[in-house]
Amino acid sequence: MAGNSPVKVQIDHVVKKFNGRNGEMTALNGVDLNIHENEFVCVVGPSGCGKSTLLNIIGGLDKPTDGHVYVDGKEVDGPSPERGIVFQQYALFPWLTVEKNVMFGLLQQGVNRSEALETAHKYLKMVDLEEFAKAYPKELSGGMKQRVAIARAYAVNPKVLLMDEPFGALDAQTRTQLQTELLETWEKEQKTCFFITHDVEEAIILAQRVVIMHARPGRVKEIVDIDIPYPRDQATKMSPRFLELKNHIWKQVYEEYLAVRK
Amino acid sequence: MNKKKSAWDKVPKAVWLLLSLGVAIALWLFAAYRWPIVFASPKKVLDAFISKGIDSPILWEHIWGSLSRVLSGFGIAFVLAIPTAFLMAWYEPFCRIVEPWIQFVRNIPPLAYVFLITAALGVGNIGKVTVIVIASFLVQVVTVYQGVKGVDATLIKAARVLGAGNRDIFFKIIIPASTPYILVAARLGLSTSLTTLMASEIVGGDRGLGMMIQKASGYYQMDVVLLGIIILGIIGISFEKIVKFLERRFTGWQETVQ
Repeated sequence: MAGNSPVKVQIDHVVKKFNGRNGEMTALNGVDLNIHENEFVCVVGPSGCGKSTLLNIIGGLDKPTDGHVYVDGKEVDGPSPERGIVFQQYALFPWLTVEKNVMFGLLQQGVNRSEALETAHKYLKMVDLEEFAKAYPKELSGGMKQRVAIARAYAVNPKVLLMDEPFGALDAQTRTQLQTELLETWEKEQKTCFFITHDVEEAIILAQRVVIMHARPGRVKEIVDIDIPYPRDQATKMSPRFLELKNHIWKQVYEEYLAVRK
Repeated sequence: MNKKKSAWDKVPKAVWLLLSLGVAIALWLFAAYRWPIVFASPKKVLDAFISKGIDSPILWEHIWGSLSRVLSGFGIAFVLAIPTAFLMAWYEPFCRIVEPWIQFVRNIPPLAYVFLITAALGVGNIGKVTVIVIASFLVQVVTVYQGVKGVDATLIKAARVLGAGNRDIFFKIIIPASTPYILVAARLGLSTSLTTLMASEIVGGDRGLGMMIQKASGYYQMDVVLLGIIILGIIGISFEKIVKFLERRFTGWQETVQ
Protein backbone atom coordinates (compact mmCIF):
# COMPACT_ATOMS: atom_id res chain seq x y z
CA MET A 1 0.00 0.00 0.00
CA ALA A 2 1.14 3.52 -0.74
CA GLY A 3 1.08 4.62 2.85
CA ASN A 4 4.05 2.39 3.63
CA SER A 5 6.27 3.45 0.77
CA PRO A 6 8.65 6.40 1.18
CA VAL A 7 7.57 9.97 0.47
CA LYS A 8 8.36 10.92 -3.13
CA VAL A 9 6.97 14.42 -3.34
CA GLN A 10 6.75 16.61 -0.30
CA ILE A 11 4.63 19.74 -0.64
CA ASP A 12 5.47 21.91 2.30
CA HIS A 13 3.14 24.82 3.04
CA VAL A 14 3.06 26.15 -0.50
CA VAL A 15 1.65 29.66 -0.91
CA LYS A 16 1.15 31.32 -4.28
CA LYS A 17 0.05 34.92 -4.76
CA PHE A 18 -0.55 36.65 -8.06
CA ASN A 19 -0.63 40.35 -8.75
CA GLY A 20 -3.83 40.83 -10.67
CA ARG A 21 -5.82 43.82 -11.86
CA ASN A 22 -7.72 43.88 -8.57
CA GLY A 23 -4.60 43.79 -6.45
CA GLU A 24 -3.03 40.74 -4.91
CA MET A 25 -4.82 37.43 -5.35
CA THR A 26 -4.00 34.37 -3.28
CA ALA A 27 -4.25 31.24 -5.41
CA LEU A 28 -2.81 28.80 -2.90
CA ASN A 29 -2.82 29.41 0.81
CA GLY A 30 -0.57 26.92 2.52
CA VAL A 31 -0.89 23.55 0.82
CA ASP A 32 0.66 20.59 2.64
CA LEU A 33 0.68 17.19 0.98
CA ASN A 34 2.93 14.15 0.80
CA ILE A 35 2.83 11.89 -2.22
CA HIS A 36 4.36 8.47 -1.78
CA GLU A 37 6.50 6.47 -4.14
CA ASN A 38 4.40 4.92 -6.93
CA GLU A 39 1.24 6.42 -5.50
CA PHE A 40 -1.59 7.64 -7.70
CA VAL A 41 -3.06 10.85 -6.29
CA CYS A 42 -5.93 12.76 -7.86
CA VAL A 43 -6.79 16.34 -7.03
CA VAL A 44 -10.35 17.55 -7.46
CA GLY A 45 -11.87 20.96 -6.93
CA PRO A 46 -13.87 23.59 -8.77
CA SER A 47 -12.21 25.86 -11.33
CA GLY A 48 -10.15 28.50 -9.61
CA CYS A 49 -9.14 26.36 -6.64
CA GLY A 50 -5.50 26.60 -7.72
CA LYS A 51 -5.04 22.95 -8.66
CA SER A 52 -3.29 23.77 -11.94
CA THR A 53 -1.12 26.31 -10.14
CA LEU A 54 -0.08 23.61 -7.70
CA LEU A 55 0.80 21.27 -10.58
CA ASN A 56 2.86 23.98 -12.26
CA ILE A 57 4.75 24.57 -9.03
CA ILE A 58 5.53 20.88 -8.61
CA GLY A 59 6.56 20.82 -12.28
CA GLY A 60 8.90 23.76 -11.69
CA LEU A 61 7.15 25.93 -14.28
CA ASP A 62 6.01 28.31 -11.55
CA LYS A 63 7.67 29.40 -8.30
CA PRO A 64 5.82 29.41 -4.98
CA THR A 65 5.56 32.75 -3.19
CA ASP A 66 6.26 30.86 0.00
CA GLY A 67 6.87 27.24 0.97
CA HIS A 68 8.77 24.47 -0.76
CA VAL A 69 8.35 21.40 -2.89
CA TYR A 70 10.81 18.52 -2.52
CA VAL A 71 11.17 15.51 -4.78
CA ASP A 72 13.27 12.74 -3.24
CA GLY A 73 14.28 15.27 -0.61
CA LYS A 74 15.68 17.69 -3.19
CA GLU A 75 14.03 21.07 -3.56
CA VAL A 76 12.36 21.76 -6.90
CA ASP A 77 13.78 24.77 -8.72
CA GLY A 78 12.76 24.84 -12.36
CA PRO A 79 11.41 22.32 -14.83
CA SER A 80 13.19 19.02 -15.29
CA PRO A 81 12.63 15.72 -17.10
CA GLU A 82 12.39 14.16 -13.65
CA ARG A 83 8.88 15.56 -13.49
CA GLY A 84 6.98 14.86 -16.69
CA ILE A 85 3.84 16.81 -17.48
CA VAL A 86 0.88 15.82 -19.62
CA PHE A 87 -1.12 18.89 -20.62
CA GLN A 88 -4.82 19.14 -21.37
CA GLN A 89 -4.06 20.65 -24.79
CA TYR A 90 -1.74 17.71 -25.67
CA ALA A 91 1.12 20.13 -26.51
CA LEU A 92 2.57 17.90 -29.21
CA PHE A 93 5.03 19.61 -31.53
CA PRO A 94 3.01 19.77 -34.75
CA TRP A 95 6.06 19.97 -37.02
CA LEU A 96 7.45 16.66 -35.74
CA THR A 97 6.15 13.20 -36.51
CA VAL A 98 4.66 11.14 -33.72
CA GLU A 99 7.87 9.18 -33.23
CA LYS A 100 10.02 12.33 -33.21
CA ASN A 101 7.71 13.88 -30.63
CA VAL A 102 8.30 10.90 -28.36
CA MET A 103 12.04 11.03 -29.07
CA PHE A 104 12.31 14.76 -28.28
CA GLY A 105 12.97 14.44 -24.56
CA LEU A 106 15.36 11.53 -25.01
CA LEU A 107 17.49 13.37 -27.57
CA GLN A 108 17.43 16.40 -25.30
CA GLN A 109 19.01 14.21 -22.66
CA GLY A 110 21.79 13.15 -24.97
CA VAL A 111 20.49 9.66 -25.68
CA ASN A 112 21.77 8.56 -29.09
CA ARG A 113 19.35 8.43 -32.01
CA SER A 114 18.98 4.70 -32.47
CA GLU A 115 18.44 4.13 -28.78
CA ALA A 116 15.93 7.00 -28.62
CA LEU A 117 14.08 5.55 -31.59
CA GLU A 118 13.90 2.17 -29.93
CA THR A 119 12.59 3.62 -26.67
CA ALA A 120 10.07 5.76 -28.55
CA HIS A 121 8.72 2.69 -30.30
CA LYS A 122 8.50 0.78 -27.05
CA TYR A 123 6.25 3.47 -25.59
CA LEU A 124 4.27 3.96 -28.78
CA LYS A 125 3.54 0.25 -28.64
CA MET A 126 2.45 0.72 -25.03
CA VAL A 127 -0.19 3.25 -26.11
CA ASP A 128 -1.02 1.15 -29.17
CA LEU A 129 0.05 3.73 -31.74
CA GLU A 130 3.18 2.21 -33.21
CA GLU A 131 1.65 2.14 -36.69
CA PHE A 132 1.26 5.93 -36.54
CA ALA A 133 4.95 6.56 -35.78
CA LYS A 134 5.50 8.44 -39.03
CA ALA A 135 2.25 10.41 -38.93
CA TYR A 136 2.03 14.09 -38.02
CA PRO A 137 -0.13 15.14 -35.06
CA LYS A 138 -2.68 16.77 -37.35
CA GLU A 139 -3.56 13.34 -38.71
CA LEU A 140 -4.55 12.06 -35.24
CA SER A 141 -7.77 12.35 -33.22
CA GLY A 142 -7.74 14.07 -29.84
CA GLY A 143 -7.55 10.77 -27.97
CA MET A 144 -4.65 9.56 -30.10
CA LYS A 145 -2.80 12.84 -29.58
CA GLN A 146 -3.12 12.50 -25.83
CA ARG A 147 -1.85 8.92 -25.99
CA VAL A 148 1.21 10.19 -27.86
CA ALA A 149 1.67 12.86 -25.19
CA ILE A 150 1.50 10.17 -22.49
CA ALA A 151 4.04 8.06 -24.38
CA ARG A 152 6.28 11.12 -24.69
CA ALA A 153 6.07 11.76 -20.95
CA TYR A 154 6.79 8.11 -20.08
CA ALA A 155 9.68 7.82 -22.56
CA VAL A 156 12.01 10.02 -20.50
CA ASN A 157 11.28 7.86 -17.47
CA PRO A 158 10.35 10.66 -15.04
CA LYS A 159 10.26 10.11 -11.30
CA VAL A 160 6.87 11.78 -11.12
CA LEU A 161 4.17 12.12 -13.74
CA LEU A 162 2.04 15.26 -13.47
CA MET A 163 -1.20 15.33 -15.42
CA ASP A 164 -3.26 18.47 -15.80
CA GLU A 165 -6.79 17.42 -16.74
CA PRO A 166 -5.35 15.31 -19.55
CA PHE A 167 -8.68 13.85 -20.61
CA GLY A 168 -10.71 17.03 -20.13
CA ALA A 169 -11.01 17.80 -23.84
CA LEU A 170 -12.02 14.28 -24.91
CA ASP A 171 -15.45 12.75 -25.51
CA ALA A 172 -16.87 10.39 -22.87
CA GLN A 173 -16.04 7.11 -24.64
CA THR A 174 -12.45 8.07 -25.43
CA ARG A 175 -12.01 9.35 -21.91
CA THR A 176 -13.16 6.05 -20.40
CA GLN A 177 -10.87 4.15 -22.73
CA LEU A 178 -7.85 6.28 -21.82
CA GLN A 179 -8.57 5.97 -18.10
CA THR A 180 -8.44 2.20 -18.43
CA GLU A 181 -5.24 2.35 -20.46
CA LEU A 182 -3.62 4.76 -18.04
CA LEU A 183 -4.39 2.45 -15.11
CA GLU A 184 -2.94 -0.54 -16.95
CA THR A 185 0.20 1.42 -17.73
CA TRP A 186 0.52 2.65 -14.18
CA GLU A 187 0.20 -0.85 -12.77
CA LYS A 188 2.82 -2.10 -15.23
CA GLU A 189 5.33 0.77 -15.12
CA GLN A 190 4.99 1.79 -11.45
CA LYS A 191 5.16 5.55 -11.42
CA THR A 192 4.24 8.28 -8.97
CA CYS A 193 1.24 10.06 -10.51
CA PHE A 194 -0.29 13.42 -9.64
CA PHE A 195 -3.47 13.80 -11.63
CA ILE A 196 -5.74 16.84 -11.75
CA THR A 197 -9.35 16.57 -12.80
CA HIS A 198 -12.73 18.10 -12.14
CA ASP A 199 -14.43 14.78 -12.85
CA VAL A 200 -15.11 13.03 -9.54
CA GLU A 201 -15.72 9.60 -11.13
CA GLU A 202 -12.43 9.84 -12.97
CA ALA A 203 -10.62 10.67 -9.74
CA ILE A 204 -12.08 7.69 -7.86
CA ILE A 205 -11.52 5.15 -10.62
CA LEU A 206 -7.86 6.17 -10.94
CA ALA A 207 -6.56 7.22 -7.56
CA GLN A 208 -5.44 5.65 -4.33
CA ARG A 209 -6.10 8.96 -2.62
CA VAL A 210 -8.29 11.84 -3.75
CA VAL A 211 -7.37 15.31 -2.55
CA ILE A 212 -10.31 17.71 -2.36
CA MET A 213 -9.34 21.37 -2.59
CA HIS A 214 -10.93 24.39 -0.98
CA ALA A 215 -11.53 27.15 -3.50
CA ARG A 216 -10.23 30.74 -3.33
CA PRO A 217 -7.80 30.60 -1.78
CA GLY A 218 -6.83 27.03 -2.60
CA ARG A 219 -5.85 24.66 0.17
CA VAL A 220 -6.41 21.03 1.05
CA LYS A 221 -9.93 20.45 2.33
CA GLU A 222 -9.97 16.70 2.74
CA ILE A 223 -8.00 13.67 1.64
CA VAL A 224 -10.09 10.59 0.89
CA ASP A 225 -8.54 7.11 0.77
CA ILE A 226 -10.01 5.13 -2.08
CA ASP A 227 -10.12 1.65 -0.57
CA ILE A 228 -11.25 -0.10 -3.74
CA PRO A 229 -8.72 -2.70 -4.84
CA TYR A 230 -7.07 -2.68 -8.26
CA PRO A 231 -7.45 -3.70 -11.02
CA ARG A 232 -10.44 -1.45 -11.43
CA ASP A 233 -12.56 -1.28 -14.54
CA GLN A 234 -15.75 0.31 -15.69
CA ALA A 235 -17.82 -2.19 -13.65
CA THR A 236 -16.21 -0.73 -10.55
CA LYS A 237 -18.28 2.40 -11.16
CA MET A 238 -21.40 0.37 -10.26
CA SER A 239 -20.12 -0.95 -6.95
CA PRO A 240 -21.76 0.35 -3.74
CA ARG A 241 -18.43 1.52 -2.30
CA PHE A 242 -17.69 3.51 -5.44
CA LEU A 243 -21.09 5.20 -5.32
CA GLU A 244 -20.69 5.94 -1.63
CA LEU A 245 -17.29 7.60 -2.21
CA LYS A 246 -18.60 9.42 -5.26
CA ASN A 247 -21.50 10.80 -3.26
CA HIS A 248 -19.26 12.02 -0.48
CA ILE A 249 -16.59 13.61 -2.71
CA TRP A 250 -19.14 15.11 -5.07
CA LYS A 251 -20.89 16.80 -2.13
CA GLN A 252 -17.61 18.27 -0.89
CA VAL A 253 -16.66 19.60 -4.33
CA TYR A 254 -20.12 20.99 -4.94
CA GLU A 255 -19.98 22.87 -1.64
CA GLU A 256 -16.81 24.55 -2.86
CA TYR A 257 -18.36 25.28 -6.21
CA LEU A 258 -21.28 27.02 -4.51
CA ALA A 259 -18.93 28.98 -2.30
CA VAL A 260 -17.09 30.59 -5.20
CA ARG A 261 -20.00 30.88 -7.64
CA LYS A 262 -21.04 34.49 -7.97
CA MET B 1 -15.40 19.39 -46.66
CA ASN B 2 -18.80 18.22 -47.69
CA LYS B 3 -19.38 20.79 -50.37
CA LYS B 4 -21.47 19.30 -53.14
CA LYS B 5 -19.49 18.53 -56.26
CA SER B 6 -20.93 20.53 -59.10
CA ALA B 7 -20.87 19.39 -62.72
CA TRP B 8 -18.18 22.01 -63.36
CA ASP B 9 -15.73 20.12 -61.13
CA LYS B 10 -15.57 17.34 -63.70
CA VAL B 11 -13.73 19.59 -66.15
CA PRO B 12 -9.97 19.31 -65.56
CA LYS B 13 -8.14 22.32 -64.10
CA ALA B 14 -5.88 22.70 -67.14
CA VAL B 15 -8.91 23.06 -69.39
CA TRP B 16 -10.28 25.82 -67.17
CA LEU B 17 -6.95 27.60 -67.27
CA LEU B 18 -6.81 27.43 -71.07
CA LEU B 19 -10.39 28.64 -71.26
CA SER B 20 -9.62 31.53 -68.93
CA LEU B 21 -6.63 32.48 -71.05
CA GLY B 22 -8.71 32.21 -74.22
CA VAL B 23 -11.39 34.54 -72.89
CA ALA B 24 -8.75 37.02 -71.75
CA ILE B 25 -7.18 37.08 -75.21
CA ALA B 26 -10.60 37.51 -76.81
CA LEU B 27 -11.25 40.51 -74.56
CA TRP B 28 -7.81 41.85 -75.38
CA LEU B 29 -8.47 41.47 -79.14
CA PHE B 30 -11.74 43.28 -78.70
CA ALA B 31 -10.10 46.11 -76.76
CA ALA B 32 -7.34 46.36 -79.37
CA TYR B 33 -9.96 46.57 -82.10
CA ARG B 34 -12.14 49.08 -80.26
CA TRP B 35 -9.40 51.35 -78.83
CA PRO B 36 -6.39 50.69 -81.09
CA ILE B 37 -4.44 53.71 -79.87
CA VAL B 38 -4.35 52.55 -76.23
CA PHE B 39 -4.34 48.79 -76.50
CA ALA B 40 -1.76 47.25 -78.77
CA SER B 41 -2.94 43.98 -80.30
CA PRO B 42 -1.45 40.67 -79.18
CA LYS B 43 0.30 40.52 -82.56
CA LYS B 44 2.01 43.86 -81.98
CA VAL B 45 3.05 42.94 -78.46
CA LEU B 46 4.50 39.69 -79.80
CA ASP B 47 6.39 41.67 -82.44
CA ALA B 48 7.72 43.97 -79.73
CA PHE B 49 8.84 40.92 -77.78
CA ILE B 50 10.63 39.51 -80.86
CA SER B 51 12.38 42.75 -81.71
CA LYS B 52 13.46 43.48 -78.12
CA GLY B 53 13.89 40.00 -76.75
CA ILE B 54 14.99 37.82 -79.63
CA ASP B 55 16.57 40.11 -82.19
CA SER B 56 18.31 42.01 -79.41
CA PRO B 57 19.14 41.24 -75.77
CA ILE B 58 17.81 44.56 -74.46
CA LEU B 59 14.59 43.12 -73.01
CA TRP B 60 16.52 40.60 -70.96
CA GLU B 61 18.77 43.34 -69.66
CA HIS B 62 15.68 45.23 -68.52
CA ILE B 63 14.24 42.12 -66.89
CA TRP B 64 17.53 41.32 -65.20
CA GLY B 65 17.91 44.92 -64.05
CA SER B 66 14.53 44.80 -62.32
CA LEU B 67 14.72 41.24 -61.10
CA SER B 68 18.12 41.72 -59.51
CA ARG B 69 16.84 44.83 -57.71
CA VAL B 70 13.72 43.09 -56.46
CA LEU B 71 15.56 39.99 -55.31
CA SER B 72 18.45 41.77 -53.62
CA GLY B 73 16.06 44.26 -51.99
CA PHE B 74 13.82 41.47 -50.80
CA GLY B 75 16.75 39.32 -49.70
CA ILE B 76 18.36 42.05 -47.60
CA ALA B 77 14.99 42.94 -46.08
CA PHE B 78 14.27 39.29 -45.24
CA VAL B 79 17.63 38.82 -43.55
CA LEU B 80 17.13 42.02 -41.52
CA ALA B 81 13.46 41.45 -40.70
CA ILE B 82 13.81 38.06 -39.01
CA PRO B 83 16.29 39.00 -36.25
CA THR B 84 14.52 42.34 -35.76
CA ALA B 85 11.20 40.59 -35.29
CA PHE B 86 12.70 38.10 -32.82
CA LEU B 87 14.36 40.91 -30.92
CA MET B 88 11.06 42.77 -30.73
CA ALA B 89 9.29 39.69 -29.45
CA TRP B 90 11.91 39.07 -26.77
CA TYR B 91 12.96 42.50 -25.52
CA GLU B 92 9.97 44.59 -24.69
CA PRO B 93 11.78 47.96 -24.46
CA PHE B 94 13.14 47.46 -27.97
CA CYS B 95 9.68 46.67 -29.26
CA ARG B 96 8.11 49.68 -27.48
CA ILE B 97 10.54 52.06 -29.14
CA VAL B 98 10.72 50.54 -32.59
CA GLU B 99 7.16 49.42 -33.20
CA PRO B 100 5.64 52.91 -33.54
CA TRP B 101 8.26 53.78 -36.19
CA ILE B 102 7.43 50.65 -38.10
CA GLN B 103 3.71 51.30 -37.99
CA PHE B 104 4.24 54.91 -39.05
CA VAL B 105 6.54 54.30 -42.00
CA ARG B 106 4.68 51.18 -43.08
CA ASN B 107 1.63 53.24 -43.94
CA ILE B 108 3.49 55.72 -46.13
CA PRO B 109 3.38 54.83 -49.85
CA PRO B 110 7.00 54.17 -50.92
CA LEU B 111 6.54 56.54 -53.86
CA ALA B 112 6.51 59.34 -51.29
CA TYR B 113 9.97 58.68 -49.90
CA VAL B 114 11.64 57.62 -53.14
CA PHE B 115 12.84 61.19 -53.72
CA LEU B 116 14.25 61.53 -50.24
CA ILE B 117 16.24 58.32 -50.66
CA THR B 118 17.38 59.36 -54.13
CA ALA B 119 18.58 62.69 -52.79
CA ALA B 120 20.53 60.85 -50.14
CA LEU B 121 21.90 57.93 -52.15
CA GLY B 122 21.71 59.03 -55.76
CA VAL B 123 19.81 57.64 -58.74
CA GLY B 124 21.97 54.53 -58.96
CA ASN B 125 21.18 50.99 -57.92
CA ILE B 126 21.88 51.58 -54.23
CA GLY B 127 19.09 54.12 -53.87
CA LYS B 128 16.63 51.96 -55.76
CA VAL B 129 17.40 48.82 -53.80
CA THR B 130 17.20 50.78 -50.54
CA VAL B 131 13.64 51.85 -51.28
CA ILE B 132 12.68 48.22 -51.88
CA VAL B 133 14.49 47.11 -48.73
CA ILE B 134 12.58 49.62 -46.58
CA ALA B 135 9.12 48.79 -47.88
CA SER B 136 9.68 45.04 -47.94
CA PHE B 137 11.37 44.98 -44.53
CA LEU B 138 8.45 46.71 -42.83
CA VAL B 139 5.87 44.29 -44.18
CA GLN B 140 7.97 41.28 -43.20
CA VAL B 141 8.97 42.44 -39.75
CA VAL B 142 5.33 42.95 -38.74
CA THR B 143 4.29 39.51 -39.96
CA VAL B 144 7.18 37.60 -38.40
CA TYR B 145 6.75 39.49 -35.12
CA GLN B 146 3.13 38.41 -34.90
CA GLY B 147 4.17 34.84 -35.60
CA VAL B 148 6.82 34.77 -32.89
CA LYS B 149 4.48 36.39 -30.39
CA GLY B 150 1.83 33.83 -31.21
CA VAL B 151 3.94 30.75 -30.45
CA ASP B 152 1.88 28.54 -28.15
CA ALA B 153 3.25 28.95 -24.61
CA THR B 154 2.28 25.36 -23.78
CA LEU B 155 4.70 24.07 -26.41
CA ILE B 156 7.50 26.00 -24.76
CA LYS B 157 6.52 24.60 -21.36
CA ALA B 158 6.35 21.08 -22.78
CA ALA B 159 9.83 21.46 -24.24
CA ARG B 160 11.23 22.82 -20.97
CA VAL B 161 9.80 19.91 -19.04
CA LEU B 162 11.48 17.56 -21.52
CA GLY B 163 14.82 19.18 -20.73
CA ALA B 164 15.18 21.91 -23.37
CA GLY B 165 17.27 24.97 -22.44
CA ASN B 166 16.93 28.47 -23.91
CA ARG B 167 18.99 27.64 -26.99
CA ASP B 168 16.97 24.53 -27.76
CA ILE B 169 13.72 26.41 -27.17
CA PHE B 170 14.83 28.94 -29.76
CA PHE B 171 16.03 26.57 -32.46
CA LYS B 172 13.74 23.61 -31.89
CA ILE B 173 10.49 25.32 -30.89
CA ILE B 174 10.32 29.04 -31.73
CA ILE B 175 11.87 28.76 -35.19
CA PRO B 176 9.78 25.84 -36.47
CA ALA B 177 6.63 27.21 -34.83
CA SER B 178 7.07 30.53 -36.62
CA THR B 179 8.02 29.07 -40.00
CA PRO B 180 4.48 29.46 -41.39
CA TYR B 181 4.60 33.17 -40.56
CA ILE B 182 8.08 33.53 -42.00
CA LEU B 183 6.83 32.12 -45.28
CA VAL B 184 3.77 34.37 -45.28
CA ALA B 185 6.15 37.25 -44.63
CA ALA B 186 8.27 36.16 -47.58
CA ARG B 187 5.25 36.12 -49.85
CA LEU B 188 4.06 39.54 -48.76
CA GLY B 189 7.63 40.84 -48.88
CA LEU B 190 8.14 39.67 -52.46
CA SER B 191 4.93 41.20 -53.71
CA THR B 192 5.72 44.44 -51.89
CA SER B 193 9.20 44.42 -53.43
CA LEU B 194 7.71 44.13 -56.88
CA THR B 195 5.22 46.94 -56.24
CA THR B 196 7.95 49.13 -54.81
CA LEU B 197 10.19 48.41 -57.79
CA MET B 198 7.99 50.62 -59.95
CA ALA B 199 8.22 53.44 -57.43
CA SER B 200 11.99 53.05 -57.18
CA GLU B 201 12.48 53.14 -60.93
CA ILE B 202 10.45 56.30 -61.35
CA VAL B 203 13.52 58.44 -60.77
CA GLY B 204 14.99 57.11 -63.98
CA GLY B 205 18.07 55.19 -64.86
CA ASP B 206 19.41 52.90 -67.48
CA ARG B 207 17.95 49.43 -67.25
CA GLY B 208 14.79 48.03 -65.68
CA LEU B 209 11.23 47.19 -66.68
CA GLY B 210 9.93 50.34 -65.01
CA MET B 211 12.32 52.41 -67.08
CA MET B 212 11.38 50.51 -70.21
CA ILE B 213 7.70 51.16 -69.63
CA GLN B 214 8.25 54.84 -68.84
CA LYS B 215 10.43 55.46 -71.84
CA ALA B 216 8.08 53.61 -74.18
CA SER B 217 5.07 55.51 -72.92
CA GLY B 218 6.95 58.74 -73.66
CA TYR B 219 7.13 57.69 -77.31
CA TYR B 220 3.65 56.25 -77.17
CA GLN B 221 4.89 52.75 -77.93
CA MET B 222 1.94 51.07 -76.28
CA ASP B 223 3.03 47.61 -77.47
CA VAL B 224 6.21 47.89 -75.37
CA VAL B 225 4.24 49.29 -72.41
CA LEU B 226 1.88 46.33 -72.50
CA LEU B 227 4.78 43.93 -72.93
CA GLY B 228 6.41 45.32 -69.78
CA ILE B 229 3.18 45.05 -67.82
CA ILE B 230 2.65 41.44 -68.87
CA ILE B 231 6.22 40.49 -67.95
CA LEU B 232 5.78 42.05 -64.50
CA GLY B 233 2.62 39.98 -64.10
CA ILE B 234 4.48 36.81 -65.02
CA ILE B 235 7.26 37.62 -62.54
CA GLY B 236 4.71 38.29 -59.80
CA ILE B 237 2.84 35.06 -60.28
CA SER B 238 6.10 33.09 -60.45
CA PHE B 239 7.14 34.49 -57.06
CA GLU B 240 3.79 33.51 -55.65
CA LYS B 241 4.06 29.96 -57.00
CA ILE B 242 7.56 29.52 -55.62
CA VAL B 243 6.57 30.60 -52.11
CA LYS B 244 3.42 28.46 -52.25
CA PHE B 245 5.62 25.51 -53.13
CA LEU B 246 7.91 26.24 -50.17
CA GLU B 247 4.88 26.53 -47.91
CA ARG B 248 3.64 23.11 -48.95
CA ARG B 249 7.11 21.71 -48.48
CA PHE B 250 7.87 23.20 -45.05
CA THR B 251 4.55 23.80 -43.33
CA GLY B 252 2.53 20.80 -44.44
CA TRP B 253 2.33 19.78 -40.77
CA GLN B 254 0.01 22.68 -39.97
CA GLU B 255 -3.54 21.98 -38.90
CA THR B 256 -5.64 23.68 -41.53
CA VAL B 257 -8.98 25.23 -40.73
CA GLN B 258 -11.44 24.20 -43.39
